[in-house]
Amino acid sequence: MKIICCPLNGPRPMAEFAYGGEVRAMPDPDTCSDAEWTDYVFNRLSVPGVKREWWCHVASGYWFIVDRDTASDDIIATHTVDILRAGDGR
Amino acid sequence: MMYRVQPVAGEWIDRSRRIEFTFEGHPFEGLSGDCISSALAAAGVMVFGRSFKYHRPRGLFSAANHDVNALFQVDGVPNVRGDVTALGSHCRVSAVNTVGGLARDRGRIFDHLSRFLPVGFYYKAFHGKRLFPYWERMIRRMSGLGSVSLAAPRVATSKRYAFCDVLVVGGGPSGLAAALAAAQAGSQVLIVDENPKLGGSSQWAGAGRMSPEALIHQVEHHPRIAVLRSTFAAGYYADHFVALIEPGRMTKLRARAVVIATGVVEQPAIFRNNDLPGVMLGSGAQRLLHRYAIAPGRRIVVLAANREAYALCSDLLAHGLAVTALVDLRANGEPDGIAIEVERRGVRLLKAYAPVEALADRSGCLRALRFMALAADGKPDPRVMDELACDALLMSVGFAPACQLLAQAGARMGFSETLQQHVPEQLPQGVFAAGRVKGVYDDDRILDGGIAGAAAARHAGFDAPDIAPAPGTASRRPSHPFPIFDHPRDKNFVDLDEDVQLRDLSDAAHEGFDSLELLKRYTTVGMGPSQGKHSNLNAARILARLRGLDLADAGMTTMRPMYHPVPMKHLAGRSFQAERATPVHERHAALGAVWMPAGNWQRPEYYASAGQSRLECIEAEVRAVRTGLGLIDVGTLGKIEVCGPDAGTLLDRAYAGRYSDLRIGMTRYGLMLDEAGTIIDDGVIARLADQRFYFTTTTGGSATVFRELLRWNALWGLDCALINVTGHLAAFNLAGPACRDALQPLTDVNLADDAFPFLAAREGTVSGVRARLMRVGFVGELGYEIHVPAGSALQVWDALVAAGRDFDIRPFGVEAQRVLRLEKGHFIVSQDTDGLTNPFEAHASWAVKMQKPFFVGQRSLRMLAKRGPRQLLVGFTVPGVNPVLKESHLIIDGGDIAGRITSVARSSALGCTIGLAMIRPDLARTGSAVSIRAGGGTRVGATLVSTPFYDPEGRRQQPGLAGP
Repeated sequence: MKIICCPLNGPRPMAEFAYGGEVRAMPDPDTCSDAEWTDYVFNRLSVPGVKREWWCHVASGYWFIVDRDTASDDIIATHTVDILRAGDGR
Repeated sequence: MMYRVQPVAGEWIDRSRRIEFTFEGHPFEGLSGDCISSALAAAGVMVFGRSFKYHRPRGLFSAANHDVNALFQVDGVPNVRGDVTALGSHCRVSAVNTVGGLARDRGRIFDHLSRFLPVGFYYKAFHGKRLFPYWERMIRRMSGLGSVSLAAPRVATSKRYAFCDVLVVGGGPSGLAAALAAAQAGSQVLIVDENPKLGGSSQWAGAGRMSPEALIHQVEHHPRIAVLRSTFAAGYYADHFVALIEPGRMTKLRARAVVIATGVVEQPAIFRNNDLPGVMLGSGAQRLLHRYAIAPGRRIVVLAANREAYALCSDLLAHGLAVTALVDLRANGEPDGIAIEVERRGVRLLKAYAPVEALADRSGCLRALRFMALAADGKPDPRVMDELACDALLMSVGFAPACQLLAQAGARMGFSETLQQHVPEQLPQGVFAAGRVKGVYDDDRILDGGIAGAAAARHAGFDAPDIAPAPGTASRRPSHPFPIFDHPRDKNFVDLDEDVQLRDLSDAAHEGFDSLELLKRYTTVGMGPSQGKHSNLNAARILARLRGLDLADAGMTTMRPMYHPVPMKHLAGRSFQAERATPVHERHAALGAVWMPAGNWQRPEYYASAGQSRLECIEAEVRAVRTGLGLIDVGTLGKIEVCGPDAGTLLDRAYAGRYSDLRIGMTRYGLMLDEAGTIIDDGVIARLADQRFYFTTTTGGSATVFRELLRWNALWGLDCALINVTGHLAAFNLAGPACRDALQPLTDVNLADDAFPFLAAREGTVSGVRARLMRVGFVGELGYEIHVPAGSALQVWDALVAAGRDFDIRPFGVEAQRVLRLEKGHFIVSQDTDGLTNPFEAHASWAVKMQKPFFVGQRSLRMLAKRGPRQLLVGFTVPGVNPVLKESHLIIDGGDIAGRITSVARSSALGCTIGLAMIRPDLARTGSAVSIRAGGGTRVGATLVSTPFYDPEGRRQQPGLAGP
């Protein structure tokens, strides 16, 4: 079983975590077009590669950010949610 | 014929303890320490079973559990692995895959029909639809191995989790050296080996400069080394998580670093009749001799292509066994003194000769080897042909690495031309290889193990010397590049499991299945129980030669877990399903609750009364709420608190309604949408204080709603915190015209209409217990939801029941509540709505505040409002009682599906059948008639009506409005 290093709880087995989807920047709902919004809501890029993802440590209810290579399933780094507000929130 | 010899040093058997057993109904005797295979071999049994497809006689082959010739049915248990299963006292052993017993197997006919049963014959012959079931039944009956007893008892097998710093897989010389080095660096080591004793091949091949006994003794007595014997590593999973299979248990082991020292699997040569009983692997003969003191035969011939064959020869001679000849595939034989020594002791050395055919005696066992000289071009020369009489032919022509775990761990395997062996080229982090699996042979294995063990300890965080591996350790070639010889009359087996012959592979390649993975699937080579341990390498060699490729370019098939077949008992989980019970579960049970699952919870569907049907019970419960007093346990609802300056903002953004302007002490309906504007949950949100809200979610949605709110909160960075109090608090709904009179004596909260109006929330005590009360209207009567700490729930429930006795209180279940809310026209999320329903379609626009600056789903709703609804939730009635109608029945318009029923029930209050349906918007006109196709195709006419069906003005929930 895979181990994920939670920024709050340290390394824990995969079974304690829930996947929350890819981190995707929401377009401004007041200025974006219908097509841009629909693309944001419904379309996902399935090409494997390094993705930034939401993961939750379920037992503690703690959400954090994981950079994961979905081709090799290697976890490259984990971050607190602050990274999304530090201007690096792709 | 095999037989037991005089005691051999280090033998595993106890000659003083005899064990009786039966094989195919005949009595036999073995010794304590024997496995099933060795006990049979010692008794001179040559034929162990019949092969999978052609029912050919098969005997002992690897003595290492690498082949499937030694599979038995033992005391009703199918496919027991004879090479590694200890002989049990009075066990009843029989062969598998026979028709009418081993000796008279009627399946032998298939051996003579083999010309008509080429690879893939069933694809080609049995494609007719009409006769296929007949052939399928016949093939199913004929194929397969042991038989399963459906009356077998259920045996619970334990599983455990374990941890160590360094796991060493394989207890041969390199594994032992690795374990010692890692332990000496300070790490906790676990070493596992599939045999009942450590040592591996060192028992006959030695351990270089060290004595094997000394090495084993050091490992077994080291305080930081734990040893698991008779245990194999079945699979490698992410981050050094390894499944270890012990005889009675599976251990899920997490290591910081892993050393794979699994060694090699000896490979057969391929020639006609290479599967006869009596033809076996050289290492198999040495296992038999050194573990069980069994000689492979009285006239032995060794087929050689490496140094190991000569060592085998010396070993047999040293134990007084008669080796007639050594047939070496190589022109030069073995260059050094060992060849001279072997020849000096009377063994006929035949260099540059190839096996052509093994000849069988009347019982189907080996009687002679026919061989030819190999010409300079490597082809057999039919002019120089001869025979050697023998009853044992021991093959020692090469090896394949047991690299399954390495491959599963993600190692990249390359091919060494020097060694003629696949070797790891690049290893993943924390995974190390040592010994022959890595291509390191002979005395270097000890050194190599030490280096790997130290490296593993260092990876696990311990201080150990960093020793660079000695470069270029490959000084000889242990494996022959192509020990494969064609014969016009076939029966030269590549895969003993599946009876795949050389011709099958060339036919498949000519038919276009010429990549290794396709070849495997078409011919089934390597797909049997031993998963190609003896066949994958030769299949790759054959394919490479057919296509003119280098072996390195032919590739390898994917090596998936398990390494050996694992009994299902280790893999099957317990029949374990988590169930949640509310704190008053036992009261429900005492009242005769009939349970229904709701998520993980068990909830009373209704309470059974003697002499009353299910429907009668539910109707009586509904009537009690409408006319007197009812009590329902709603503790399964999700319950969440949110506190902090931004608590209102969080709810405003996460829910469709507005809560920042909610007055303290009031509640408001909450509708939750996803980003597509689809309804995903609902509940009631109460403001308890300026910065504190308390709200409910649906029973099934509580965990996901809480988690999603946490995510939004983290993303938005708001100044508030969420607490999930679902399990901390119990909740009851006391409802009915009499509820205020029943409840007031129990509580210090003033229930008077002006002090505690409809939709208000109050905190106080009920029966002396701190409680939150919310005046809500889900069932359409005056009612209070009472939330109390779970620990006091029984006390409050009992007090409510006692206080309600004068008002004929009746507990009601989930079904009655469904009828009551249906009469009020309230939808249930995910019953009346689905994964596409938006608030406009469910008539819930009133709960959506589009003017807010932002909420989840708002942008999509703007688009959906422009598009208009694709379906609408409507109420309908059908006169009288209609038991035919069920949820999901279709509404038909002009032969087309126009909608479906989402809820339906008989309403005694209204005297008709009522329901909700999702219907095409153009048909959703109040008063119009629709046609429903009910069960069995009958048509039922229904009239669309406005909702609520019952008390549309809501006067019963607010009696103050209407007067008493």
